[in-house]
Amino acid sequence: MSTQDKRREDLVDTPSRFPVREVVLFAALLVAILGVYAMMGTAYSTRMLVEAACYAILALGLTIQWGYAGQFNAGVMGFVALGGFCAMFFSVPVNDAFWGSELPGELGRVLLYGVAAVLVVIGATRLDRLGVPKRLRTLIAVVLAVVLYLVVISLMREVTGEIQSRAGFVGGLGLPAWTGWIVGGALAGAVGYFIGHICLGLRSDYLAIATLGIAEIIKAFLKNSDWLTRGTATVSPLPWPTPGPAELGFTLARALYLSITAVMIAVIFFLLHRAYHAPWGRMIRAIRDNETSAAAMGKDINRRRLEIFVLGCILMGIGGGALTTFNSLFDPQGYLPLNHTFLVLVMVILGGPGNNLGTIFGAVAVYIIWIMSEPLALFLMQLAVSIGEGAFGWDAPANMDSRALQARVFVIGLLITLVLRFAPKGLLPEKVKHHG
Amino acid sequence: MPLLEARDVHGGYGGMNILNGVNMAIEADEIGVIVGPNGAGKSTMLKAVFGLLTVSQGEILLRGEPIHNLPPNKLVQKGMGFIPQEKNVFPSLSVKENLEMGAFLKPQNTRRMLKQVYDFFPPLYDKRHQPAGELSGGQRQMVAMGRALMAEPELLLLDEPTAGLSPLYMNEIFERVKEINAAGVGILMVEQNAKQALAIADKGFVLAAGQNRFTDTGAALLADPEVARSFLGG
Amino acid sequence: MNELVFFINNVVIAGSVTGSIYAIGAVGVTLVFSIMRFAHFAHADMMTFGAFMVLLLTAAFPGVGAAVGLPTAIVMLPLAMVLTALLAVGIDKAFYKPLRAHGVKPIVMVIGSLGVTLMLQGLIRLFAGTSGQSLYIGERKEIFRLALPFEGVRAPIVITEPQIILFVLTFACVVGLHLFLNRSRLGKAMRAMSDNPDLARASGINTNTIVAVTWVIAGGLAAIAGTLLSLDVTFKPDLSFFLLLPIFAAAIVGGVGHPYGAIAGGFVVGFAETLAVFNWAVLLRPFRDSLPEWLAQAGNLAFVGTEYKIVVPFFILVAILVWRPTGLFKGKVI
Repeated sequence: MSTQDKRREDLVDTPSRFPVREVVLFAALLVAILGVYAMMGTAYSTRMLVEAACYAILALGLTIQWGYAGQFNAGVMGFVALGGFCAMFFSVPVNDAFWGSELPGELGRVLLYGVAAVLVVIGATRLDRLGVPKRLRTLIAVVLAVVLYLVVISLMREVTGEIQSRAGFVGGLGLPAWTGWIVGGALAGAVGYFIGHICLGLRSDYLAIATLGIAEIIKAFLKNSDWLTRGTATVSPLPWPTPGPAELGFTLARALYLSITAVMIAVIFFLLHRAYHAPWGRMIRAIRDNETSAAAMGKDINRRRLEIFVLGCILMGIGGGALTTFNSLFDPQGYLPLNHTFLVLVMVILGGPGNNLGTIFGAVAVYIIWIMSEPLALFLMQLAVSIGEGAFGWDAPANMDSRALQARVFVIGLLITLVLRFAPKGLLPEKVKHHG
Repeated sequence: MPLLEARDVHGGYGGMNILNGVNMAIEADEIGVIVGPNGAGKSTMLKAVFGLLTVSQGEILLRGEPIHNLPPNKLVQKGMGFIPQEKNVFPSLSVKENLEMGAFLKPQNTRRMLKQVYDFFPPLYDKRHQPAGELSGGQRQMVAMGRALMAEPELLLLDEPTAGLSPLYMNEIFERVKEINAAGVGILMVEQNAKQALAIADKGFVLAAGQNRFTDTGAALLADPEVARSFLGG
Repeated sequence: MNELVFFINNVVIAGSVTGSIYAIGAVGVTLVFSIMRFAHFAHADMMTFGAFMVLLLTAAFPGVGAAVGLPTAIVMLPLAMVLTALLAVGIDKAFYKPLRAHGVKPIVMVIGSLGVTLMLQGLIRLFAGTSGQSLYIGERKEIFRLALPFEGVRAPIVITEPQIILFVLTFACVVGLHLFLNRSRLGKAMRAMSDNPDLARASGINTNTIVAVTWVIAGGLAAIAGTLLSLDVTFKPDLSFFLLLPIFAAAIVGGVGHPYGAIAGGFVVGFAETLAVFNWAVLLRPFRDSLPEWLAQAGNLAFVGTEYKIVVPFFILVAILVWRPTGLFKGKVI
């Protein structure tokens, strides 16, 4: 009952008031950024800002899923990794050792076999139209699928092994990085469509479980497909779409990159703002707030939900591409649930789910805290160890760095639970206007 | 002192008042029946008595002791039993387990009360190991009543016990309510079948728009031409 | 025949082992779901916590096991179960109860449990580090080799002491849970609350008590599952999300809110995993001469490599959500 009362307060919220809260918060953020510049130097600070900007894109993706539509995506990391992979695959120079041999043909042939196998199995599932009993049809389809899968996968293993031993990996396409970002967004959207199609009609918990799973699978695939990604050997450097540090120096090159991401955020922000206030956005929120009455009004709930989920995933793919290109390193093991899922989650719920401005604020603020907390955590750990050694003769564990990281894991977890309990609407809550 | 007394009760959901001043009083051995048109707040009043919604104004007394806004499990301890209209059994629990849940707060009485309930509703004994979800509507209502009786209540609240039942079962349920009452349990019940319900009622309360319209004995209400015209369908 | 023994060792025994662990884990998840109606993401880290407690206790009192004739870890298990149960109840009081009191949507509880899982993860790894450690401290893992009395069979069936303990404990858990849910007053009240929470309240059942009991059971089972997993291989503090997926898949396959379904689901997922990573070419070897050459030559006929094991529970999850979202045993809630 209390939640309903709160919603009522929001309804009478006057939209025309002077945005004191926004101004204060962003002013504080500006001061913090200037402080970092003063302390850490321009090159470091600009790098931090670019990364924060990329995270802001991810956070915008999550805020439309969670804030606009109440869908919880626990696998942001997977979509980020997909975007990163595409950025790498499209921008890295062409590998002549691969393309010069007969291997591309072999690979293409196996992929064609794969397509053919899928078609055969689909055909088998339609056998009942020819009068085959349903049980028998299912049996045939399953057996065919298993056998063909085994055949294709063992052929695939052969070819990929060959590629790995003779050419290292397939290399890239040598195209500009932004093509990779776009395709990365599209790929992430396609995976999002697949997951959303299955889960969005069911309880919302299932979406969280499924996205968590797909993220780990994407990571496992990228990590173990050495022929495609060099796996743990990592790929670097990745070309930038802008002149790199070698030509312009660190600060200027990064500032140029920052301007690109800033333009991207501005465009996304503008489009989202338009969509939010368009009938489409109103419909989405109507579904979130009262599913039953929205359905009664004849709205195609699952279709709208799928649209918003896919849109969010596309943004995550694009943001992931931009982030990976900026780091100039594709390391599948570097995608961590903590850094790429939960950090984004904290940004969104702290900043204000469903409020784009709040989300961007949350992204930049949380990222600054996150970056600054690393040396702080190490320092605190060392302090604790020295006290421990002095007072109890405690043996200091060797791997302090990784343990300091664990302290940050704890803090992120604590932050999530505290925000949910004490500021469930974030620092800049979504302004719900009455649209009866 | 009346068993149950409600004085000027106001209340509702989410800030919207449905009850706008309801008064009622039932003695220990009486059957009270609440009737009235749809949306009059009949079931809401019953829920207010059982602590399922917040009473914003007025008071409800059980044997002179204020009980409004106490949680349901406290009210069960104080001798109140409630039978909701829908979802009134635990579908995957067996009939016997459903009844045992009724005596959750008085486990020492379980065996004695089980025997009493089986004697009172013989069909339940035959089906005691069957999941309650598999029973017919009438038998489910028996399970629900049996469950409530297991706690040996002084006051039993029934929310439309005959809704959706065939006329045969309907009569059976009314008979059972009378028998329960004869055994010394006070009854407060909401009913759609106003005529039949008022016929067994000691006290009748006709609610409209969350207020008492008529309050009298059941027989007097049945005889009142105005009540008959507006609420009993001629 | 040697190939058949190989199959038994690598599929039947290994599948039962993983199946048991998933089953015990999934029962906890499903019980929490049936009482509190949310997917509890911190369950895997509660398992790790339980195993870590066993590790600490074993390190503290290494000699106890020898006196009883069991591995020390097993002797310490009951104590670790109590500690994990206390942790679970404490977590509920500190983090979930305030959210419930606000009447938040289930999905917010899910996010809250993710926050809790990160906190647990951080704490456990802060103290335990991230590398694997054996729960056998100063003891030897007993390994039994059962030679088969057939001619030409050289390979024995191999089963280890912790695996036998695991089967016994799983059986004990299932029986114990069955008796608790069907015979005890609290167990019946738990089922009642899972069936119809409002009516349970109207019957005088104290919701808070049932919630606490649920956490005690979920915590205890999590400690068992985590310890058995660590005994079978080693204690790994960083399994969390890799365990969550199969456990949730098992709970959903069995029908959410359905304890027996969760046990069945655990074995389904466990066997599916081992069957999928098993190299079927081994079984073809005896028939090498009568097979077409291309098939006889195939060296690796596993469905997925072990590095892709996590695909299997995901595939099962997707399949069940597409074809039968209520699960094999008709769960309560979709």
